[in-house]
Amino acid sequence: MKKAMVNQTECVACGVCKKVCPRQAITIFHGIYAEVNEDLCVGCRKCEKACPASVIQVVQKEVKA
Amino acid sequence: MKKWNEYLWIFSALYLTLGFFNILFAWIGMICFITPLLLSIIGKGKLYCNSYCGRGQLFELLGDRLKLSSNRNIPAFLRSKWFRYGFLVFFMTMFGLMIFSTYLVFNGSNNLKEVVTLLWTIQLPWNWTNTSSVSPWIAQFAFGFYSVMLTSTILGLLTMIFFKPRSWCVYCPMGTMTQGISMLKYKKEINKIR
Repeated sequence: MKKAMVNQTECVACGVCKKVCPRQAITIFHGIYAEVNEDLCVGCRKCEKACPASVIQVVQKEVKA
Repeated sequence: MKKWNEYLWIFSALYLTLGFFNILFAWIGMICFITPLLLSIIGKGKLYCNSYCGRGQLFELLGDRLKLSSNRNIPAFLRSKWFRYGFLVFFMTMFGLMIFSTYLVFNGSNNLKEVVTLLWTIQLPWNWTNTSSVSPWIAQFAFGFYSVMLTSTILGLLTMIFFKPRSWCVYCPMGTMTQGISMLKYKKEINKIR
């Protein structure tokens, strides 16, 4: 399964990813960094393309057993 | 249906336009300085950036919908902590100098200078507004503050064109400050997770 991953130490918490996410899978943790709810993320790459800081990558993740 | 706060780009565009007609409108821009700080201080994080920043919406509109953005990745140095905090320090220093020159007009040491300074260097004569109805220092602050707002808009427009639409958000001094305040406020919560 493909999932979005945020580099949280470099994230600026601008909220662009949250806005473009069609699944409402992203929240901004107390204005510090973006967090992805992997259960909701479908790996569509919208956030990855929109992130102005380029700190989101969609990566292959192992499916939970 | 769109929510009211999705139209705040109109406020930003109107603000920049009004300054051309009467410099005293510059004072309204204080809202964009005070609101994000207050929201982060009361624990709302970067709510202003996330939902109410008209400037960010304006860059989105120009970059995404009007396709003025090249959508390239921002260079790594522009998103580094060094640059972000360095730009904040530089920005606040220039802001402090602007407040000081307002003070010099307030105490009578200097006369009102009717210029708008772009990118901290280019001085544009801006003497078509009659500011005699207010104290000279009120007008001086308006010229200084409008210079700050116009300069940051120009920088934001340039990075919107060369990189992604909201690249300004990466090094916006207000954003760096509100994120910093949030980090201090929620230090314990971050430590629990990391």
